[in-house]
Amino acid sequence: MSFFLDFFSYGFLLRALLGGALVALCASLLGTSLVLTRYAMIGDGLSHVAFGALALAMALSAAPLAVAIPVVMAAAFLLLRLSDSSRIRGDAAIAMLSSASMAVGVIVISLSSGMNTDLHSFMFGSILSMSRGDLILAVILSLAVTLLFTLSYNNLFAVTFDENFARASGVRAGLWNALLAVLASVTVVLGMRIMGAILISSLIIFPPLSAMRLSGSFKGVTLISAAASLVCFVSGLFLSYALDLPSGPVIVMVNVLCFSLFSLVRFIRSRRPAPDLTPDP
Amino acid sequence: MSRLLTLENVSFAYDRRRVVRDLSFSIDEGDYLAIIGENGSGKTTLLRGLLGLKEPVSGTITRSEALKAYRIGYLPQQIPEQRDFPATVREIVLSGRLNRHGFVSFYTKEDRREADRAMERLALEPLQKRSFRELSGGQRQRVLLARAMVASSGLLLLDEPVAGLDPIVSHDFYRLIRELNEDGVTIVMVSHDIHCVTKNSDHVLHLGYGHYYFGTTEAYMESELVASYLPGEERGHA
Repeated sequence: MSFFLDFFSYGFLLRALLGGALVALCASLLGTSLVLTRYAMIGDGLSHVAFGALALAMALSAAPLAVAIPVVMAAAFLLLRLSDSSRIRGDAAIAMLSSASMAVGVIVISLSSGMNTDLHSFMFGSILSMSRGDLILAVILSLAVTLLFTLSYNNLFAVTFDENFARASGVRAGLWNALLAVLASVTVVLGMRIMGAILISSLIIFPPLSAMRLSGSFKGVTLISAAASLVCFVSGLFLSYALDLPSGPVIVMVNVLCFSLFSLVRFIRSRRPAPDLTPDP
Repeated sequence: MSRLLTLENVSFAYDRRRVVRDLSFSIDEGDYLAIIGENGSGKTTLLRGLLGLKEPVSGTITRSEALKAYRIGYLPQQIPEQRDFPATVREIVLSGRLNRHGFVSFYTKEDRREADRAMERLALEPLQKRSFRELSGGQRQRVLLARAMVASSGLLLLDEPVAGLDPIVSHDFYRLIRELNEDGVTIVMVSHDIHCVTKNSDHVLHLGYGHYYFGTTEAYMESELVASYLPGEERGHA
């Protein structure tokens, strides 16, 4: 009990817990759609862009989020457009953009301050870095994401499952993709403060993939993904505090554990006799 | 019989290249139109034009009152990503009703009723809680057909619906489409499979490079185009 009292006596820990959990929730919901439309790597690409942008903001002594969020959004639109035009394959475009941004970031850091602590906290995140402003932004972001998922869930399903059909039904798929890109950008920038540029994409990728082991319905995957993401983040954060380990990697490992567990459940289920396949009439 | 769609001197461009030129034809209620043609002759582009997803560069497309925007039941070609998609049969069929909703998209009782009716018609009821990724190719295609049915207000547009299905399943699928047509549903089908298509359809639109043929299937079978489309040894039997 005293462990929790200790934990909650630090304002920054409470901020990290609350803000991080909200970001984890958003990441898992957006991730369901991104993973299923084969845009899973977009989170990874955007986090590297965010790394470059934050380094730049630091060098210019500008407000980090005011620089990073617009830059990452621009990158997200660029990636979507590149994938649509199909002149360059989507995964190649992401790889190009992320390595270029990393290079810019590292050069800017070494030119400006050469401070290793900045580089380290950008790369691997820090539990100390969730500011009051970040927390407010996380609350706004999660409200926007949950509202979108509640009101327009069926449109989101349609765009994710079959973009061509959705377009033919009058759903503006281009607008939806743009909306998802904007929300994913804010999620990545906020999340990388705690998780770091290298590890933030795990919050987008792991929960939906874990959920897909357990459920064969879109609704099931969405709900399980959100729940798994919250549980993994919160327990990972407590665990890292208790073991005195960096929080980002511990949270990722808890997600890995969750994925393995769900995979095991699926394996055991598949060994049971399969439900009778109804023959075609 | 009322006219659903009329195309007059319509041309479409793809990548700034004109792929369909000066096309004129019409579709009446209850028709079964087969669109055939070689790869690259503009079948897919024309299809997108009929769906209202692509504007013609010249000419006019006139839709009847009955055929409201976005109410064409569309059966697209399956994409590989869908094969392991976690969605139940019911979720997918219901999504056909989204063209009746805007940004706020809650399904109504009527939406559920229509979905139930389509699933019953296509014998999908026992599968409705099953995941799409566990179904066979033919079952999947029936699910997507049910989705198209609940979306449409009388016109189904099918893009290569039997691609990748084995002959027996294909045969069943063609029979199903014919039965729907006999019930009054207008069918427009894009296909490579000239034999099955000409056996079922009553009109043919054959797209070539820079030319086209439109007419009844009977007249088409008498024309030289059929001969040019079939490999030599099959001409006599077609």
